[in-house]
Amino acid sequence: MKQFKLPLSDDDRKILRAGETVLLSGTITTARDAAHSRLNDMLKSNQLLPIDLATSTIYYAGPSPTPKNSVIGSVGPTTAGRMDDYMPVFLKMGLKVTIGKGKRSPEVKAAMKEHEAVYFTAVGGAGAYYAGCVKKVTLIAFEDLQSEAIRELEVVDFPVIVAIDTLGTDLYER
Amino acid sequence: MKEFNTDKIGAFVYESCCEIAFQYPDDVRKSIVEAASKEKNPMGRSILNLLVENEKIAQNKGIPMCQDTGMAVIFLRIGNELQLVGSPLNDVINAAVEAAYKDKNLRKSIVADPLFDRINTLTNTPAIIYTEFTQGDKIEIEVMAKGFGSENCSAVRMLKPSNGVEGVRRFIVETVTKAAPNACLPMVVGIGIGGTMDYSAYLAKKACLRSIGEWSSDTRYADFEKELLRMINSMDFGPMGLGGDTSALHVAIEHFPTHIAALPVSINIICHMVRHKKGILV
Repeated sequence: MKQFKLPLSDDDRKILRAGETVLLSGTITTARDAAHSRLNDMLKSNQLLPIDLATSTIYYAGPSPTPKNSVIGSVGPTTAGRMDDYMPVFLKMGLKVTIGKGKRSPEVKAAMKEHEAVYFTAVGGAGAYYAGCVKKVTLIAFEDLQSEAIRELEVVDFPVIVAIDTLGTDLYER
Repeated sequence: MKEFNTDKIGAFVYESCCEIAFQYPDDVRKSIVEAASKEKNPMGRSILNLLVENEKIAQNKGIPMCQDTGMAVIFLRIGNELQLVGSPLNDVINAAVEAAYKDKNLRKSIVADPLFDRINTLTNTPAIIYTEFTQGDKIEIEVMAKGFGSENCSAVRMLKPSNGVEGVRRFIVETVTKAAPNACLPMVVGIGIGGTMDYSAYLAKKACLRSIGEWSSDTRYADFEKELLRMINSMDFGPMGLGGDTSALHVAIEHFPTHIAALPVSINIICHMVRHKKGILV
């Protein structure tokens, strides 16, 4: 199984092929519905974002609260399609890598191909397993959003499946 | 009249919420393990095995199986020989849900206003509470924690009576096909047929409570359930919609009389995270 350090380089992204499982290590950034809405509002009003989209690996996830003596709670992927409306703008701002579950819209796929972006899928409902890959959590922004806040997770060998590669091949279109 | 203190209902709701986030019901675990041994698609098989491992980690580490620990849905059938005493039923249930979600570090996923502010209630309440009355001096209760990745893939449609069985079949195929990539398969498909628009949806949710492999007591519906299960599993959706023959663990239909003009059909989908617990309180 191929192993990659995050953020992925241009060359890393180009060698990925839909259907292969890879292990990611480094920093991933959680953001889901409410965080996307806020980031989008900030972009519209020309505010500086709390994260650099160009170097971020966005993980669509809202973890459950961290139990005592644990690094994080359950932290599996949520449905990526709900974030599709924000994707064309985020891709223009440099976003290259997203992790979630489920299908992306034709518009997002076209925009991803143009920007040579990749989309990974993780297994929904395996949040306890993924928690074991997380070594450190840092709150970055929107603390009031609770589970939907933006957090940086330091992960080691986080397994994901390439769902859409830079050629636009989509694992969900078999 | 026998007095029945609502505290007992609260205690069952609390205990159930604390349990179902961390372990599959026995029938669901058995069904996933069996499917993992039969699944022909290698990726599908590895996903099913991961789900089995995930449950073990959840139990060992006290971390919920899935971060979406759901919206609490409570079904009650209250015996008509009982007089409920103590705090109001809804208050007791909501207090129990709040306490369980706090004590067990479950995610609070409920927003107070669905359209405008969408501010989290921080308690995972209110719960959805359904109450029916029946004969006797017992309370049948079922506690469900419904995840919304799959809830979002559910659908209601008012078919024409002339659409018949074929129309129902087509609506189900359309709905599960659309759900397959997003609903965290393998799924359980609950179908409600008849009643009113809203009642069919209630029936669909109730159908989701059936044990895996428990067919309708009406043979025509049981045959239809079996046919639908075979059909869904032959469509190569597979675990997480990435291919394979483990797409649905069960299909259950609940039906009810309806109007001469109507054929209401609701389809409620549960991801593999089937979380419910039944009890009989005396």
